[in-house]
Amino acid sequence: MRRRRRTPVERVLARPGPPFEITFDGRPLTALPGQSIAAVLWNAGVLAWRTTRVAGRPRGAFCGIGQCFDCLATVNGRPNQRACLLPAAPGDAVTTQKGDGRADLAD
Amino acid sequence: MPTSPTEAEPEYDLAVIGAGPAGLAGAVTAEELGLSVCLLDSSPQPGGQFYRHPAPALRAARPEALHHDWPAFAALRDRLAAGTVRVRAAHHVWTVERLAGPDGEGRWRLHALAGADGGRPVRIRARALLLATGAAERQLPFPGWTLPGVVSAGGAQAMLKSGLVLPGRRVVVAGSGPLLLAVAATLVEAGAHVPLLVEASGYLDYARHPGVLAAAPGKLLEGAAHAAALLAHRVRPLTRHAITRVHGTSEGSGAEVRVNAVTVSALDRDWRPLPGSERRVACDAVAVGHGLVPHLDLATGLGCAVRTTPDGASALVLDAGQQTSVPGVWSAGETGGVGGARLARIEGELAALAIVSRLRGRPRATAARARRLARARRRLRAFAEAMAAVHAPGPGWSHWLEDTTEVCRCEEVTAGCVRAAVDGLGARDTRSVKLLTRAGMGWCQGRVCGGAVARLTGSPPGPDRRPLATPVTLAALAATPPDRPAPDPTAEPASDARTGPTAPTTDQPSADTGPTRSDTHRGDLP
Ligand SMILES: Cc1cc2nc3c(=O)[nH]c(=O)nc-3n(C[C@H](O)[C@H](O)[C@H](O)COP(=O)(O)OP(=O)(O)OC[C@H]3O[C@@H](n4cnc5c(N)ncnc54)[C@H](O)[C@@H]3O)c2cc1C
Ligand code: FES
Repeated sequence: MRRRRRTPVERVLARPGPPFEITFDGRPLTALPGQSIAAVLWNAGVLAWRTTRVAGRPRGAFCGIGQCFDCLATVNGRPNQRACLLPAAPGDAVTTQKGDGRADLAD
Repeated sequence: MPTSPTEAEPEYDLAVIGAGPAGLAGAVTAEELGLSVCLLDSSPQPGGQFYRHPAPALRAARPEALHHDWPAFAALRDRLAAGTVRVRAAHHVWTVERLAGPDGEGRWRLHALAGADGGRPVRIRARALLLATGAAERQLPFPGWTLPGVVSAGGAQAMLKSGLVLPGRRVVVAGSGPLLLAVAATLVEAGAHVPLLVEASGYLDYARHPGVLAAAPGKLLEGAAHAAALLAHRVRPLTRHAITRVHGTSEGSGAEVRVNAVTVSALDRDWRPLPGSERRVACDAVAVGHGLVPHLDLATGLGCAVRTTPDGASALVLDAGQQTSVPGVWSAGETGGVGGARLARIEGELAALAIVSRLRGRPRATAARARRLARARRRLRAFAEAMAAVHAPGPGWSHWLEDTTEVCRCEEVTAGCVRAAVDGLGARDTRSVKLLTRAGMGWCQGRVCGGAVARLTGSPPGPDRRPLATPVTLAALAATPPDRPAPDPTAEPASDARTGPTAPTTDQPSADTGPTRSDTHRGDLP
């Protein structure tokens, strides 16, 4: 019989403070204190939160350490935030960033 | 404890840049031998790449569950806590300049950007400098590698160790180099299923370096530990293969975008894919990397001499005491050639002994210690060179690129465009290709694609040359005190106005790019 695999949180015996909520394109997601925005999105199975400027292709986190700038997101209306570095805070509204994110501001 | 503190610009005997295994070992050793030491790192927590661990708010009782060799880190961390090293976390050093000291002796002035929004300029002086800036991952593009769900191997590792998350449930690990073993082992230990580990080289190639292997048995044990973890989880390593296509949906956004399979092909000795050998493997994420390359922005900015390693990367030339070709600048760890955490610790300690003896005269009773460290270093360095030779990217890798494969992720420049610049327009180096195609001109300043573009142009990838070690915002430059001339962008031959510090255009990350949360300590770049 196959045992259920333990989650990373269980593996390191993490006992973070109470979870809180952020939203991604309006949908509520659960975050743990200390997680980056990208970690919260991954945890919810969301891997893409930006479309590219030229071809409009979806992108999400790639390097995970702030080097590649692929993970840019619009957070609380502010475009070009590196989701892999930015810690999630209660109530954050993350929206899919289109291109350089400026058009989102115009409308 | 700065030696002659001033409010504006404290001075230390030694400034260490990078708090990975090398920088930590160097800082605590030097401090224990009596130097005043400042340790700077862009990350909010010490540890570097290897000892990356969950943010404090996650309150992990057993961070070591996702680590090999955690006790070595715990020991360094305890020594750090017991001493007087001034730790400056979340300080990204963007440039270092040389000053003439009062006594005719040189001084180094470090310019860092500090704090959550990376906007607070900080200056520090030091008599000696230890660069322990580590390595970055080497990426070779392949069809489909820009699909979300394909992540860098180190990135998957970093997101897991710091945020306790996985990119998927079935993760194919691919590329080349021993980091893949570590990443696969960590992923399975965290509960992911790794259906396949795809390695472009052959592990049997290590057998061509038997003397080196016999001299570094610890390295074999390390490999064996990973291999045992992988065997226990039934992870199959498939050598002399590479991913040649990623299948998935790239339509829509959010949760609809996913990977659902990869095509894996056999490679010949030169890494050229063999037609007819393709097979499809189901997965929902891919973790990929083709080894590591030394991270040298600051070192090359200071004029430190480099050598070419057997895998075509640039590494610093160092003397027996870890000093670079620039007197007063030492370096330890991956910057001298990628060799792993243990070598990094040994070199950090060796560098500290050399620095102490330069500034204070040889401390008593350290000669035997230095000899022992030097012996260990020699063995591990030889292993590192063998490792680089085994995993050197084969020249045939570019045959798996299609014309539509994006090479530069930021500017969406395809392999077809780069080839047209090389074959059609006669571009012979990265700089010309960059000017013709915009490859490497984007947000990451070629950090991700630079090596691959160089390989496609047929010119060997040169060392990192960026005018600044981090994109510096106009606001931060404006806040720099006036006696400091703005860094000279022309010092960078391959630079262009867009990558320079003074011309952030609308599609460049400008003042609003970085993490800007003032209520946290996370975030390291402006
Ligand atoms: C993404 C990644 C993941 C890795 N994962 C593993 C692993 O799981 N297992 C393993 O055995 N090896 C791993 N490695 C290899 C790793 O590099 C070595 O094992 C070891 O960490 C090297 O130690 P180091 O001290 O030389 O460098 P690092 O540990 O890389 O430390 C360098 C430090 O310098 C800091 N730094 C760099 N530039 C600046 C600057 N300008 N200003 C301020 N700070 C700066 C960085 O933030 C970093 O903390 C990984 C490497 C990478 C790149
Ligand atoms: S994932 Fe690379 S910068 Fe965030």
